[in-house]
Amino acid sequence: MLRFVARRLLLMVPVLFGLSVLLFVWVRALPGDPARALLGERASDAGVARVNEVYGFDRPVLEQYGVYVGALLRGDLGTSIQTGRPVTSSFLEYFPATLELALAALLFAVVLGVPLGYLAARHRGGFIDSAVVSGSLLGVVTPVFFLAILLKLVFASWLGWLPSGLRQEPRLDATHVTNFYVLDGILTGEWDAAWDAVVHLVLPGIALGTIPLAIIVRITRASVAEVLDEDHVRTARAKGLAAGTISRRHVLRNALLPVMTTIGLQAGLLLSGAVLTETVFSFNGIGSYLFGAITDRDYPVLQGFILFIALVYCLINLLVDVLHGVVDPRVRVS
Amino acid sequence: MRSTSIRRTGAGVAAVLLVGSVLAGCVESERDGKENTFVFAASAAPKTLDPFYASDGETFRVTRQIYEGLVGTEPGTVEPAPLLAESWTQSDDGLSYTFDLKDGVTFHDGTAFDAEAVCANFERWSATPELQQTDDKAYYYGKLFRGFATGPDADSAIYAGCSADDELTATVTLDAPFAGFIAAMSLPAFAMQSPTALEEYQDDASTSVLTTPYGTEHPTGTGPFEFASWDQGSGEVRLTPYDDYWGEAAKVDEVVVVEIDTARGRAEALRNGEIDGFDLVGPADVESLADDGFTIENRPAFNILYLALNQAQAPFDDIRVRQAIAHAIDKEAVISASMPDGTQPADQFVPELVDGHASDVPTYEYDPDLARQLLEEAGVAGTTITFNYPTNISRPYMPQPDDTFNIVRSQLEAVGLTIEPVAAEWTDYLEQVQNTPDHGIHLLGWTGDYDDPDNFLGVFFGQQSLEWGFDDAELFAAVAAPRQLATTDEQRPLYEQVNRDVMEFLPGIPLASPVPSLAFAENVEGYEASPVQDEVWNMVEITD
Repeated sequence: MLRFVARRLLLMVPVLFGLSVLLFVWVRALPGDPARALLGERASDAGVARVNEVYGFDRPVLEQYGVYVGALLRGDLGTSIQTGRPVTSSFLEYFPATLELALAALLFAVVLGVPLGYLAARHRGGFIDSAVVSGSLLGVVTPVFFLAILLKLVFASWLGWLPSGLRQEPRLDATHVTNFYVLDGILTGEWDAAWDAVVHLVLPGIALGTIPLAIIVRITRASVAEVLDEDHVRTARAKGLAAGTISRRHVLRNALLPVMTTIGLQAGLLLSGAVLTETVFSFNGIGSYLFGAITDRDYPVLQGFILFIALVYCLINLLVDVLHGVVDPRVRVS
Repeated sequence: MRSTSIRRTGAGVAAVLLVGSVLAGCVESERDGKENTFVFAASAAPKTLDPFYASDGETFRVTRQIYEGLVGTEPGTVEPAPLLAESWTQSDDGLSYTFDLKDGVTFHDGTAFDAEAVCANFERWSATPELQQTDDKAYYYGKLFRGFATGPDADSAIYAGCSADDELTATVTLDAPFAGFIAAMSLPAFAMQSPTALEEYQDDASTSVLTTPYGTEHPTGTGPFEFASWDQGSGEVRLTPYDDYWGEAAKVDEVVVVEIDTARGRAEALRNGEIDGFDLVGPADVESLADDGFTIENRPAFNILYLALNQAQAPFDDIRVRQAIAHAIDKEAVISASMPDGTQPADQFVPELVDGHASDVPTYEYDPDLARQLLEEAGVAGTTITFNYPTNISRPYMPQPDDTFNIVRSQLEAVGLTIEPVAAEWTDYLEQVQNTPDHGIHLLGWTGDYDDPDNFLGVFFGQQSLEWGFDDAELFAAVAAPRQLATTDEQRPLYEQVNRDVMEFLPGIPLASPVPSLAFAENVEGYEASPVQDEVWNMVEITD
């Protein structure tokens, strides 16, 4: 197992290196000029030239790449052109928000999705099944931002039950340590702040979690339905095992493998969906930071962010593969 | 089996609770239980809290609470008014300004505000290292003082020196006349900063000068509020009243500036009671917020939106075509279709509040028949012209570019022109219209920083540019000439003449000065809007 993990980790190095080259070229191929984006309407030709000179945008691309890789090897992702802040520290400030949101969405999707999919499979063709299947179809086809706006309109603007945006009520003056606000509330014993952060996660979490929920429901249903028809389940039943034992040990355990792979793949979807959700809910996470970086041609931020996401994506997939081995002894052998 | 699983689940829940209760309280809470908090939503976080290195409104919004300059503005106007300097005199040659300073003022760190402190600030600005002499950092000093002690523009720099004549008298001397000097001193970039705090926490030579301890944790001025915290993750800046403030003490216990980047998001947060007020209200929200009992404050407009005509491209090099387009546009209709109530049409390239605005410029009445006739004469009736406009952007001078584009487009089509629309995202758009000759007519504008016509005319017509596509040395010289004069009284007639000449030459059509709006909860009182955003919150009160 350790060798497997080590090999996979090593393989990530050339992947990320190749990506860094592609990224470097790609962001520079975008039309537009970071110096002009930095200066806005104030940009005069002399002003732009001076920014290019001082910041080194006018140096040969190869030289710029050398500087970039040199810094990267020291673990330095560079400095944002717009804010002048180190990209790494900005990530540490913004990423917890996005991760918290993604986890809330995932929790919503898994806790609701697996039982619903299982129920639908057990009652194939019945009322629950058709309700779940058509409901999940609706979930898959509803764009994140549309659902987000709808949820906000109904539950925040009309009913006033939930907040319309932000991560926490500013008047609470909560203490922030890790920037995971729920965790911070627990750590500091500010229970009202922790609860407030949870309340602020409800609408964005549902908005972001709906598509993964729908996908998880469908995969679980299909997977459970398939396993239910298999011989070993019939044998278990013939042996007279309790229904609960069969469903837990023989059905769910086998059926969850594809579901886990799906959840792993959702991670990328969650992160990109978070960008839209954060915009609608004024949720200060990596999404709004990245959106600004794209419009402003903030090269170091774009490069750093995408490399970082790629790394996260690779790690999550590795984790899923390792978990496969834990759940399914057959995978461990190979 | 079933009982085992229940036991397992039970153990899991117990473990989570245990971990939770062990973790709870393991970090000390830093709350201080403020009661009367004013929460204001801005559209972006400040870039730094050292205003000298800033040129954006969101940075200045916060630094105006912390710092004060020698000169302020009369409330609600752009007129210079005494602030840290109680009065000033200009020498006969017009090159020296002597400031009489307010007595008994201290910086937040206890340092006395005196003539030495004033000179320390001027010396610091002039000595800005070359690394920071870019337009994204020391923009205002570089522009207005025409260079620094060192660097590429050292030869044209006009700052000569500063002397502390006595404890409360400081004299600043220039090498060349600068009639806008006093008005410029009201810019938040030239606020007085504590020399002791700068010495200790700021490093002007740093490659990351915006994020030094001074700019993020120790901003130190003389204003009514002092810095409490800046949470980079949430973008929240917290300020508390400065107990030894010389003027009117703040009426709230704490001020929080939060970042909500969309106008819609800010309006929703206000409706839900999460914030007490916000800036840059979307034109679509103004009416409904007012109907729902929220207070709308309008800033007197200090901006200009124009339609530029690129003379590097035919047929805009023909004055008859430019006149035809001017006659084709119904500014009132453009305003009612795409701008907030109270917006006035513009007839020249400086807003009415600017000293040097002329009352008698050539005007072009809305007259589609005349427009058609002029196009006919020029031989371009029915010709196709390119119309560039930006998408997904809202500026104070251009709240809804798409709508403005659509109405102008239909008016131009009504006189027989065919429009080829070219839409682009903001950054690409600026690149296109300011840095390439490849554009036809386009929408752009400017928001003024302080009361000086050069702040508008100099920006637009100070030199040859790809944006306007003409080369008229005489006009460029006429725009530059008033800058050689020492007083605004001498400058005024020259600027008025430039405004008349420009409207005769008609490089573009000034459309309007849109009114920017702020919105507040009903229980917020005492917020006075300023055309140059000189809004200090010590007068803000939250009633029950």
